[in-house]
Amino acid sequence: MSAKNHINLVNNGNIDIEEFTKETINKLKTLNEEYTFMSVITEELAKQQAKQIKNKINQGKKLPLAGLFITVKDCLCIKDIETKSSSKILEGYKPKFDATIIKRLKEAGAIILGKTIQDEFGFGSFSVNTGINIPIPKNPLDKNASAGGSSGGCGVATALLEKEGIPHISIAESTGGSIEAPASFCGVIGLCPTYGKVSRYGLISYANSLDKIGVMGNNTKDVMQIFEKISGKDEKDSTSKQEFGFHMEQNDLEDMERVKGFKIGVLKEGFSEKIKPEIKKTVKSKIEEIESFGIKTEEISLPFLEEYGLSAYYVIAMSEASTNLSCLTGLRYGKQDIKPNEYFSDYFKRIRSESFGKEAKRRIMLGTFTRMAGYRDAYYIKAAKARAKIIKEYKKLFEKYDIIISPTMPFLPQKFEEIEKLKPIDHYMADLLTVGPNLAGMPHLSYPVFKEKNPSGIMITADHDNEDKIFMLSNLMDKLKGGRENV
Amino acid sequence: MDINEELVKQIAENSRLVLTEDEVKEFKKEFKETLEHFSNIQNADIQEEPAFHPIKLKNHTNNDNIEPENCLTQEEALSNVKQTYEGYIKGPKVIK
Repeated sequence: MSAKNHINLVNNGNIDIEEFTKETINKLKTLNEEYTFMSVITEELAKQQAKQIKNKINQGKKLPLAGLFITVKDCLCIKDIETKSSSKILEGYKPKFDATIIKRLKEAGAIILGKTIQDEFGFGSFSVNTGINIPIPKNPLDKNASAGGSSGGCGVATALLEKEGIPHISIAESTGGSIEAPASFCGVIGLCPTYGKVSRYGLISYANSLDKIGVMGNNTKDVMQIFEKISGKDEKDSTSKQEFGFHMEQNDLEDMERVKGFKIGVLKEGFSEKIKPEIKKTVKSKIEEIESFGIKTEEISLPFLEEYGLSAYYVIAMSEASTNLSCLTGLRYGKQDIKPNEYFSDYFKRIRSESFGKEAKRRIMLGTFTRMAGYRDAYYIKAAKARAKIIKEYKKLFEKYDIIISPTMPFLPQKFEEIEKLKPIDHYMADLLTVGPNLAGMPHLSYPVFKEKNPSGIMITADHDNEDKIFMLSNLMDKLKGGRENV
Repeated sequence: MDINEELVKQIAENSRLVLTEDEVKEFKKEFKETLEHFSNIQNADIQEEPAFHPIKLKNHTNNDNIEPENCLTQEEALSNVKQTYEGYIKGPKVIK
């Protein structure tokens, strides 16, 4: 059932939302035992919200997201609910405030089911870098394969709850591909909006200049509806944009004449030897479908991004991460274990060394290195210059094209046994196609494409603030050949 | 890229981390491989000014108003602290 239909039924009193919430929580618990994707299931909060919604509806009120179920990536603060970015160092931390987007969702009548497991602080593309003693989410289509990362738990929740017929949306976050990778691996839609379009207040930062909160769902209209609710200026986030939030009328979304007039650039680098043949074949088939609708496509190239994008992204992301995580010293929240007479510097080093996982240590150290005297200009400043050139390269293309498309990930969901053999640099290479729009802050969406039950994604990228074009093309794909069925 | 064990230990110290000898060896090898890849950026011909954000940002200042509804109480601010003393956070010792 679509979110819209469910919300209408709840608002009209045709669904007993308290009862439905209890059933949903029970199903979620059972699924979580099998797929380990939830960090916390917020049973009491969800039941309390359901009761409040029912009372309001009985009083004749209508709520824009009445009774829509939401899961939230663990890096987003929910008042009085353990929030730890899947890290041991934040174990037990219960924020005393809601992130702005959580506040907006609660006010709109959405019901929060819980927090989802991720790579620790977002440090990964496969959700295998969860913190110490935190389980790894399993792919709903193959339990021996990765769900993608870092928002892996969000991807699993989105795919599984759809199968159970539970109207649900997941709130995820991307720094360099963390919404797109799990969307591609789990076979769902993942939207990463323009940088600054959604307030980051209440987000545990990975890299401030790259972090974007987005949405995962199973059809374009549901994703768009939630994006409308969470976007828009917030005084508490100085980087949130001055404009009002996103809004699009139904008629505009369905304007097929305008979609037919789109000029689409197909990224040449998305079909290079670095991309697995099965991915190229599947995505090409989908592009042919789009062309058969009458939309013109042309091959385009982003050569500078191809050459330097991955390096620029990782240098900036790790540099920012190393400063962001310096506040985690076991003093004000999370893991705390001060021994009598322990000198402060020794304590900080001990608690951090005991509590960060290996990938977190790796990224903190690499980011510290790229900012150290003597190396800063060669790495961090050079990467920031490269980002400026990459943005310019994109902007030039968007003068001519409405949309750029490419595959989302270079390969199908990887098996855990294959991932174990990879070196850190091989992990970073997984973000080959997603770092571009993330570095440039361009909105993009991964749309699922299946071939013989194997999920992959086609990535739709547009210029800053052009989410409307992305939704129009995604909505068209919902209609083509039965949407996400086999191509 | 010359990454030696001393440099890895120095980076760890600057990062407020302590590594075991095995970790030092492991990170040395990995950092060499990773930084060799990232170092390609040094060869890039770039005339642009650095972009520290992907979009142009304006300076933002809030009104200088006290909004009690947007402030944590002392009790709330200390609610996640395990060791407190008369409303303060009790930390480790700072003088050796």
